Amino acid sequence: MKEWIDVAGLEEIPRLGARMVHTDSLHLALFRTAGDEVFALEDACPHKQGPLSQGMVHGTSVTCPLHNWKIDLASGEALAPDEGCSRTFKTRIQDGRVYLSI
Amino acid sequence: MKEKLVLIGNGMAGVRTLEELLKLDNGAYRITVIGAEPHPNYNRIMLSPVLAGEKAVDDIVLNTREWYAQNGIELKTGDAVTAIDRVRRTLTLASGASVDYDRLLIATGSTPFIIPVPGHDKQGVLGFRDIADVEQMLAAAGQYRKAVVIGGGLLGLEAANGLMKKGMEVTVVHLLDRLLERQLDGPASALLKASLEERGLTFLMEAQTAEITGGERVEGVRFADGSEIEADLVVMAVGIRPNMALAQQAGIYCERGILVSDTMQTYDPRVYAVGECVQHRGTCYGLVAPLFEQAKVAANHLASFGIARYEGSVTSTKLKVTGIDLFSAGEFIEAEGDETLVLQDPAAGIYKKLVLRDNRIKGAVMYGDTMDGTWYFTLLREGTDISAFRSTILFGQHDLGDAGHGDARASTMALPDGAEICGCNGVCKGEIVDAITKKGLFTLEEVRAHTKASSSCGSCTGLVEAILAGTVGEGYDKVPSKKGMCGCTEHSHDEVISAIRHGGLKTMQAVRETLEWSTPDGCASCRPALNYYLLAHWPGEYRDDAQSRFINERAHGNIQKDGTYSVVPRMFGGLCTADELRAIADVSDKYRVPEMKVTGGQRIDLFGIRKEDLPAVWRDLAAAGFVSGHAYGKALRTVKTCAGKTWCRFGTQNSTALGVKLEQLTWGSWMPHKFKLAVSGCPRNCAEATIKDFGVVCVDSGYELHVGGNGGIKVRVTDLLCKVQTEEEVLEYCGAFTQKYREEAHYLERTAPWVERVGLNHIKKSIVDDAAQRQALYERFKHSQQFAQVDPWGQRAGGEEAHEFTPLKVAG
Ligand code: SRM
Ligand SMILES: Cc1cc2nc3c(=O)[nH]c(=O)nc-3n(C[C@H](O)[C@H](O)[C@H](O)COP(=O)(O)OP(=O)(O)OC[C@H]3O[C@@H](n4cnc5c(N)ncnc54)[C@H](O)[C@@H]3O)c2cc1C
Ligand code: SF4
Ligand code: FES
Repeated sequence: MKEWIDVAGLEEIPRLGARMVHTDSLHLALFRTAGDEVFALEDACPHKQGPLSQGMVHGTSVTCPLHNWKIDLASGEALAPDEGCSRTFKTRIQDGRVYLSI
Repeated sequence: MKEKLVLIGNGMAGVRTLEELLKLDNGAYRITVIGAEPHPNYNRIMLSPVLAGEKAVDDIVLNTREWYAQNGIELKTGDAVTAIDRVRRTLTLASGASVDYDRLLIATGSTPFIIPVPGHDKQGVLGFRDIADVEQMLAAAGQYRKAVVIGGGLLGLEAANGLMKKGMEVTVVHLLDRLLERQLDGPASALLKASLEERGLTFLMEAQTAEITGGERVEGVRFADGSEIEADLVVMAVGIRPNMALAQQAGIYCERGILVSDTMQTYDPRVYAVGECVQHRGTCYGLVAPLFEQAKVAANHLASFGIARYEGSVTSTKLKVTGIDLFSAGEFIEAEGDETLVLQDPAAGIYKKLVLRDNRIKGAVMYGDTMDGTWYFTLLREGTDISAFRSTILFGQHDLGDAGHGDARASTMALPDGAEICGCNGVCKGEIVDAITKKGLFTLEEVRAHTKASSSCGSCTGLVEAILAGTVGEGYDKVPSKKGMCGCTEHSHDEVISAIRHGGLKTMQAVRETLEWSTPDGCASCRPALNYYLLAHWPGEYRDDAQSRFINERAHGNIQKDGTYSVVPRMFGGLCTADELRAIADVSDKYRVPEMKVTGGQRIDLFGIRKEDLPAVWRDLAAAGFVSGHAYGKALRTVKTCAGKTWCRFGTQNSTALGVKLEQLTWGSWMPHKFKLAVSGCPRNCAEATIKDFGVVCVDSGYELHVGGNGGIKVRVTDLLCKVQTEEEVLEYCGAFTQKYREEAHYLERTAPWVERVGLNHIKKSIVDDAAQRQALYERFKHSQQFAQVDPWGQRAGGEEAHEFTPLKVAG
């Protein structure tokens, strides 16, 4: 059973922005949409491993900073016509805190 | 229950509308398509190459039956609608079936006009419109020898060429003394006729058809003057008539075509119409580019977005006879007061003519060398002032293939599949052709999205367009007449700028709401643009939105391929002291900077810095007096200088000190694109001032000011703005020019394309000719600089936006 880890307060992630999350073994990106949904992806674009945390968030996608692929935050899939997928992680918001399941 | 949308006419405009609709709103309607032809939707344009044996019928199918099935569209082929009952909202089909609708889309195209002379209904008399016609022509070509094509227009000549290639002896009969009179002027038409005759076609000019003779099958054609020729096949290509009989019977108002509004609705708002069957603002179109624009608008309206309007199109044409290059667009016969530029080389078979009004292209005719047709057409549609390059415009835009593609004029289609077209993304010709044919791509945008070719630096755009044209056929939408800023809006950059300035819009939200954006928070392409426009127009009032900045500008460094950043401190005018160099060396040691380099902009770049270290690096640099060099921004970059009068034996003025003053004036300013300056101490021009956005060349008697230069992808030498006497004037003119660019250019448009678009005269008028305007611009620039000249590095070293640079740490 995976645990929920308390990573941050919601307000610590900028709206329409992201935070980098470093664990001992992984680099993740934690995104917050305009509607305060939060998503977590591995911080590596399916194209050439660009850091998605540095991209621009719009709707529920992020545009990779290196070559502009658009990645769906919920599924981790690149939007057509590009193909590829980044690993996704579950998130949960409770009492203004963001929890992550790794 | 979902509403039901029925499309009558399974052709190019109708199906394109459905494609646009699916893109916008999948699942809004249950869709049924009824088509009289037994085929799925195919590329009618390519019937000519099919007839000429250059393509097979299977190659030209655009939407396979699987496509309809995958999108849940019910398709009835080989069945025609015979009646529309608008009260009960049902259709009756030839097969006797009936179909209900909630909304109806009529796209019945047009029918070839058959001259009603005696004998016109004999066997072997055809129009040239669909696959059935082509099949009959091919059958005739296998069995008979003599063909007569009536009509010397585009369609007639393509039919004649095809039949000749299939081995028939072809005579083209034309009523007038000139071929393609709607597309060509006299000289170009004569060149065309000569080269078609050389290939083996026979022409009968100024001949009026009086009768088709023969028994059951055609045997000849007789003319009004009594003469007669033999014929086993007669193709009539004398024009088309909008196919509106069905709509007329149903009481929908028609004139020459089905009348539609700017939203592509007929007088019955439940009934839309697009394509050749409609008449919009008095015009019926017969080419696909405008029909595709109509399709976009109709789809937008069907999806209830209701923001798009169709306002008519300017069209251009080409003849699809392999080996013959011909292009025309706009008003190519000059009206009174117009000027014409002509280049004529009969021996080489080249003729080019441009019709100008007020230094703007109104029309173009080209024969023999049409490589630049698209360029002229773009200049025409955008109303570009061409005075700056008027003297060379007829020689073409020599930029195709600049970035190492070799001689692009050697036909692109003749390149081998392995030839690299896009140097940035490593895309070869074969991949592009493959994507176009397999995925059914039509537009440059689609090719960019699917192959990435031409999506980076754009220098291969001309080549990609040539491949697109060669593969898909001409007439496709190369330059949409009005370009929305991005997929989120139909509004152009100019409209958005004007709404911000005159409509007093001061937030991104207000812009998106007022101009009815289709997305709630924009996209990675419009957000930075809006953020810039608001910042430029409301200095001190608008608060910069970090989340609408591309990462480089948000993190104030250039992101590298491995996710680290580079740091380039500003060195005003390229000058530096030993202390400053020592400070940079210390930073390099302390943060173990993997590489340092002197840049092309006369300063030092520290590469490979981890994002977490950026604030500390900046703090150390700030302590030594450095501020950000904005090497990452759409902003003032560098001011290059040369040694100048202080040391150089040729120097006429103190170019180094002037460069420092200019950089002190302009640093920190956000721009539509990057902006570079240089000051050279004499006309030897060691600082390369004549390829900068604003360049100063010192001369003994003062300062020459040059604008609109560009190194980079497409090199452009500056235009001389004017000459001034004092350093103060240099600063004032520079500030005024910069501000004009900041206020008027489109986001991501550098000064070079901007100057070409608006014309140097437009800039001179407010900066050189009008002192009051120049001073007002300069004042506005200085006002906005009060808010812009804060060092972003210093701020962040002081703790601002700390979340941007500190990762959240989690165990596990
Ligand atoms: C560092 C530098 C190369 C060097 O080591 O010399 C450089 C590096 C980059 N250039 Fe440049 N350019 C550098 C001088 C130039 C020059 C020369 C000059 O300024 O005198 C040019 C041609 C002159 C011009 O701009 O007109 C130049 C024309 C470009 C272009 C093409 C611009 C164009 O309008 O065609 C791009 C692409 C773009 O901006 O879209 C570009 C883009 C880039 C980017 C930002 C690519 C990117 O988006 O990541 C590179 C960032 C590398 C990095 O991570 O630091 N760089 N670049 C130079 C920095 C100068 C500085 O001190 O700020
Ligand atoms: C040989 C040829 C070459 C061409 N070359 C070019 C070119 O180079 N560039 C260019 O821009 N344009 C070219 N065109 C013109 C271009 O093909 C047309 O502008 C375009 O196809 C028109 O699209 P549409 O949807 O309005 O009509 P169509 O594509 O003709 O579609 C109308 C469809 O409706 C069907 N239909 C009609 N009535 C009914 C009914 N009652 N019930 C059911 N179905 C019905 C018809 O059978 C037809 O399939 C060319 C045309 C031809 C014939
Ligand atoms: S520094 Fe400039 S020329 Fe060199 S690879 Fe990067 S963008 Fe290209
Ligand atoms: S690495 Fe993300 S688009 Fe290339």
